[in-house]
Amino acid sequence: MRPLGTTKTQTRMSNSTLLFIIAGIIFVLMYGFALISYPGSFMQFQTFFDLFNFNAALFIVTLGLCVVMIGGGIDISVGAVCGLVTMACAMLLESGTGGIWSALLLALGIGLAFGLMHGFLIAYLEIQPFIITLAGMFLAQGLLTTLHREPLNVTQPAFVALRNFTIEIPWLGTVNRRGIFIPCEIKPGVLVVVVLVILYAVLMKWSRFGRSVYAVGGDRESARMLGINVKKTIFLSYVICGLTAGISGFVFLMTTGAGNIGNGSLFEMKAIAANVMGGILLNGGVGNLLGAPIGTMTLLTINELIRAAGVQSNLQAIVSGLLLYLFIVLQSIIIALRTSKRFTLALPSWLKFQRTHD
Amino acid sequence: MPRLKTRVSNLSHLFLPLSVLVILIIVNLVKGADYFKITVVNGAFYGNIPNMLFGASELVILSIGMTLVTAASRGQDISIGESGAISSAIFVQYVLRAGGDVTLWTILVGFLISCLAGIVIGAFNGTLVSFFNVQPMVATLILFLGGRSIAFIIDGKVSPILANEISNRIGTVIPGIPIQTPIILTAVFIVIVAVVLKTTNLRLYVETVGINPNAARLNGINPKKIIFLTFLIMGVCSAVAGFIAVNKAGRHDSVNLLKFIMMDAILAVALGGNSLGGGKFSITGSIIGAYTIEMLNRTLLRLEVNPEAIKVFKAVFIIVLMIVASPVVREYAKKVLDKVQGLIASGPSHHTSGLSQGERGE
Repeated sequence: MRPLGTTKTQTRMSNSTLLFIIAGIIFVLMYGFALISYPGSFMQFQTFFDLFNFNAALFIVTLGLCVVMIGGGIDISVGAVCGLVTMACAMLLESGTGGIWSALLLALGIGLAFGLMHGFLIAYLEIQPFIITLAGMFLAQGLLTTLHREPLNVTQPAFVALRNFTIEIPWLGTVNRRGIFIPCEIKPGVLVVVVLVILYAVLMKWSRFGRSVYAVGGDRESARMLGINVKKTIFLSYVICGLTAGISGFVFLMTTGAGNIGNGSLFEMKAIAANVMGGILLNGGVGNLLGAPIGTMTLLTINELIRAAGVQSNLQAIVSGLLLYLFIVLQSIIIALRTSKRFTLALPSWLKFQRTHD
Repeated sequence: MPRLKTRVSNLSHLFLPLSVLVILIIVNLVKGADYFKITVVNGAFYGNIPNMLFGASELVILSIGMTLVTAASRGQDISIGESGAISSAIFVQYVLRAGGDVTLWTILVGFLISCLAGIVIGAFNGTLVSFFNVQPMVATLILFLGGRSIAFIIDGKVSPILANEISNRIGTVIPGIPIQTPIILTAVFIVIVAVVLKTTNLRLYVETVGINPNAARLNGINPKKIIFLTFLIMGVCSAVAGFIAVNKAGRHDSVNLLKFIMMDAILAVALGGNSLGGGKFSITGSIIGAYTIEMLNRTLLRLEVNPEAIKVFKAVFIIVLMIVASPVVREYAKKVLDKVQGLIASGPSHHTSGLSQGERGE
């Protein structure tokens, strides 16, 4: 029996790190498998960058949702808010009254408004997050269809220039059949993703707010007793999530260039799945923020793989569902093995069920 | 006297959904006094209220299952629409391939098979939740993403048509009975659930597990088994709902059958005064909540709200409702009420003392 003080926590990996490592390994395995089975498409760097180019909005949505999920909440309105922002910005740009900057401000404003509403109602009025964000989803969807029903293509020259703007990487690329070197292209949305990932990772890892979010997600009561302002933390996490959804809407518009009712639909479910794959649990308090982009990449790689394999479109959903199933089971088995190992010696078996955070 | 008090507190959670129902009825009556008018067409009742009961039948059944799942597992099943689509696809295929005339026997066997499919789906979700300790929403996300494709593959083609006399009667009216069949089926289902909850220990066990799984385990209840059981019940509920929905529609549309109904079902559970964090539950509340949602939808249609804007109104309605029902606002309202009561009790002559009392109470 060792005295309590000598058990070093540093030698033990936290659940967050473990899940993050699993997510990383799964992604590497997945991509490696893709490289081996379809070298034609996956060997090109452009394919890898295209994952980001075309799905920048999903990456951003996942980041925002990740903060809320670590805090033990859920926000299912993100997809609808993203869609609403694309349509509102498209209308603003098309009406000719506003430029790109005002559209960006509008996007941030809409996101912030939804975030503030969710945050206030959930944190300070203690309403269940699922219901409030469900209402937020209905609100955003309703506003979206009220604004404009038909797809709206943005033709404003400045915006079209931004949409078509790409950054070429001169030293990275592929040589096509005619022997012409084609450099890899990156869309500006990818830069937004990278900046946000770094920003959020720093925020969650080293800021006071980030640590409070982990504490609140782990155990609200203990966090309160530690002197953390629980309500403010929850409030801020939803505000951040809303803001991120707004940004993602703008990035979505930058990628597709059209406002559409279907924009951002099912993003919330994809984002939840991506976060789960990235090792962020819905219970809260567990997860590394970098897991969010890794989970998203895994999800997108799976989709690309299924598409490359030429699976019938109906089977695609089933296959991705099955893979999600495998990941979830794998995660839970690893966590269960770990937990049981920790408790078998010292405690009676019924305590094995106690969920431990970190 | 204490007995009366407990009974009142037992009913207090129904106050919210019932008052909303009353408000909706008043709004409808203001819109047109003929709201309660019932017409008889071909020997069956039609009108606003019967149509509301008719339209809400699947939602009511699903919200019953959702209540149990929520109470025991502290999470929600978001794959109910998909599992309904899958089990009803199996039902339709059985009926179409049975050969010969479609008899009541065929329908019954098909229904039982679809219930079995529902149980299998429930077992799939339940295994993940109870034995692998996955959060319910994540576990059911799998079927949510893949379920409709499975239903489509079972169908084999776009929306097979269910054209037979008995299905038609189940979906609409049986001659000689004045009430539409889905309403009767829903009522029968509610009665069965009520009898089960009254005669068995299910309610006690589910609530115990939902309040504290570890404590439940110490008391000899296996929380895993109970959570698993609630998912099986949920599977049966979604199979029954799918059966009713497919008979109503007369064809199996694997893409749109019971689409996004989980949102409404979860909303019904919350409207019924149940905590989405598990524990004590009230099936009655959920049922009333489900009817309230259907009535809200129909009221918005009746008020000729722009169909594009219906969701906005619904969202505003939910937000206002949840604010009114939120614990913080309730506490505040209670304080204000106490203050007012203190004022009344002290009487006009002791006005100042009553005020100070109220201030002290704050």
